[in-house]
Amino acid sequence: MNIVVLAKLVPDLVEELTIDASGAALDMTFARLIINELDDHAIEQSILLKERSGGQVTVITLDLEGADDVLFTAAAKGADRLIKIKGDFAGGVSNHALARACATIVKELQPDLVLTGVQAHNDIDGSAGPLLAECLGMPYVGYVHGIAISDGKSKVLKEYPGGLVAELDVVLPAVLGVQASEQPPRYVAVSKVRQVMKTSKIEERSASEWDANGAPIIGRMFQPEASTHATMITGNADDVATKLVGIFKEFGVL
Amino acid sequence: MSTEVVEQSFYEKVLEATPRGERLRLCLECGNCSGICPFGYLMVYPPSRLIAALRADRFEKALSTDAIWMCVSCYACTAVCPSQIPLTPGLMARTKEELLLAGNVPSELQNALANSQRYGNPLGESPRKRADWTNGISPEIKILGKTKQPVDILWFVGDYPSYHPRVQSTAKALVKILNALGVNFAILGPEESSDGDSQRMAGERGLFEMLADKNGKAFSKYQFNEIITTDPHAYNALKNEYPRLGISYPVRHYTTFLAGYLDQIKPLLKSEVKAKITYHDPCYLGRANGIFEEPRALLEAIPGVELLEMTHNHTNSLCCGGGGGGMWLDGFQWEKAHTRLSEWRVREALSVGANVLAVACPYETPRFEDAAKTVQGAAQLKVRDIAELLVEAMENERGEI
Repeated sequence: MNIVVLAKLVPDLVEELTIDASGAALDMTFARLIINELDDHAIEQSILLKERSGGQVTVITLDLEGADDVLFTAAAKGADRLIKIKGDFAGGVSNHALARACATIVKELQPDLVLTGVQAHNDIDGSAGPLLAECLGMPYVGYVHGIAISDGKSKVLKEYPGGLVAELDVVLPAVLGVQASEQPPRYVAVSKVRQVMKTSKIEERSASEWDANGAPIIGRMFQPEASTHATMITGNADDVATKLVGIFKEFGVL
Repeated sequence: MSTEVVEQSFYEKVLEATPRGERLRLCLECGNCSGICPFGYLMVYPPSRLIAALRADRFEKALSTDAIWMCVSCYACTAVCPSQIPLTPGLMARTKEELLLAGNVPSELQNALANSQRYGNPLGESPRKRADWTNGISPEIKILGKTKQPVDILWFVGDYPSYHPRVQSTAKALVKILNALGVNFAILGPEESSDGDSQRMAGERGLFEMLADKNGKAFSKYQFNEIITTDPHAYNALKNEYPRLGISYPVRHYTTFLAGYLDQIKPLLKSEVKAKITYHDPCYLGRANGIFEEPRALLEAIPGVELLEMTHNHTNSLCCGGGGGGMWLDGFQWEKAHTRLSEWRVREALSVGANVLAVACPYETPRFEDAAKTVQGAAQLKVRDIAELLVEAMENERGEI
C-alpha cells in the first residue's frame, strides 16, 4: 500500500491575525504557520494504516516556514518519504494552485491512496482534497473517520450531519478527506524527532506550474465589524414586555 | 531486542543521566518509597516494585502499565530512601521517558508537551504575549530585549505567573514588593520560555533540553548579577539542571531572596493581617532543595499572623498533585484515583484551624482554590501566595504602600 498525504501549513490562530496594507490578504509578516489540524489527523491515519497492514507513507507539503518541522515530525511518527514543494508562494496559496502543483508530483508516486484533511480554516477556494482528486482523475470521499484496507479495496467510514455514518466501498486509488483519525495524533518525543532529523532526507521538488485559475479574486478581507442594529431594551420585566409588544405591533407581527 | 538489552540500557541511562544514579544498585527493597508515595496504593509499580522488576528481568511488564503516570515527582520517596537513591529524578523520570518513547502517554499530557514545544509554555498561549500581564503596571516593568541595560536582578517570571489569570496576581504582588524594596530588576518577557522542569520530570528530557537551550541563549544576551524565580520548579531547573547543560547563573527562589531583605521588609508591613495561616511546603522548594525556614520567616514577619503547622510539614509535606506532569493530568488522575491530593491538603489545613493556606509555588494557588470548592467546610479557606500576603500587609486601605 502506497499512501501519500498532503499536509498544508496554515496561520496559527494562537497569534492574532492582521490584514495587510492591500486590505485583501492576511499580513504574513508576523503570522506563524502550523500544520492544519485535520492534516495532522490524515498523517496519523496513514501511520495507523501502515502499522496495521504495511506499506509506504509519503508526506508532501509546500516549502513554507515550519515545513521541515512538519515533515521530520511525520518521519518520527513513521513516514518513509518526505517531499517539500519549492516555489514562490509570496502571492498566497490557493487550493486550486496547490492541487495542480501537487497532482504532478503525486501522479509520479503512483499512490494507492491519497489522504488529506477534509478542510482547513484558510480554504477560501474550497477544500484541497476534491480539487486534488479532480486533477488526479480519482474518486473523492470526504468527512472520513475510519479506513480499512484489504485486497486492494477500501472500506471507508464517512460522517454525515445528524450523527449518521455511512460505510462505503471505495475503489482505489482514491483521495480521502480525513475528518478524524481513528486515534488522536500521537506525540513524538523531541529526542526522537532530533534523531530522525539526522537520518531522514527531505526531497525537494519544484512546482512545475502554479496556476490559481478558478480561485476567487478577493476584493476585501476584514475583521468582524460591529454593527449598530441591536437595540437594548431596559427596565423591569413588565416594561420590557410592554415595549416588546409595541415593537412587534409596529412590525406587524402581532 | 532482548529483555536483557533493554534493562542494561535502562540502567545505563539512569546511571549516566542522574547524579548518584549508581545508587540504584543499592536498593534494600525496604519498601519505604512505596509506602510514603501519596499515590502508591494505585501505582501498580511504585518505586520499590519497579526496581524489583528490573532485577527480576521483568521491566517490560512494568512499561505496559500507565499507572506510572500517577507519579507526581514529589520527592517523597527520595526523601525517605535509606540508600539515598535518586528515585524521583532517576528511576521515575527515566521510566516515564521510556513510556513516552513507546507512545504510552495520556493525551492530556501530550497537549501540554506539544504546547511547550511549539509555544514555549504548556498552556498553549502566544509566546509574544508572555509579558502582557505587565500592561498597565506603573512604573513600567523593564523588559531586557527593549531596555538592553544591565540590571541587578533578572526575574524569571515563569509560565503560570505570566499567563494564568489567577497566578498573575502573584506576579503583580511580587512587582509591588520588588519596587517597594528598590530592587533594580527586569524580565525577559517574550524571550522567556518555560523552564521545562516539569516536562523533564514527565519524561520529556529532549524538550527540557530544547527549552533550557532557548533560555540559556536569552540569558547570555544580557547583563545581570542574579536570577530570581517565582516558581520552585524553575528554581530547581536553574540551580540543579541547567548547570549540567552549561547554563550556570546564581539563582534564588523569591522567598529566599526576600528573606535576605527581612530587615527592610518588616517596617513596610504596617497593616495587621489577622489570620491563622498554615504554610504548604512546595515539593521543589522544600524536599527537593531544603528551603523550609525562609518562607516561614516571611510569614511570621506579618503582624497579626498566627502560623500553624499541618500534620505533613517540612520534609514530610504533601504534594499538591501538580508535579511531574500532574499539572496536566487532572482528568487522568481523577479517573484512576477519584480523589485529588490537593483536596487532602485542604482538609489538613482546615483540621488545624487555619483560615489561610499560604503557598509559594504557582501551581498551588489554582489547585488548592479548586480543591477548596469541593471540600466540605472549605468555602471560607483562602489560598494566598506569600507574595500576596506580604502586599496585603504592606498596603493601606487605599492600596498604597
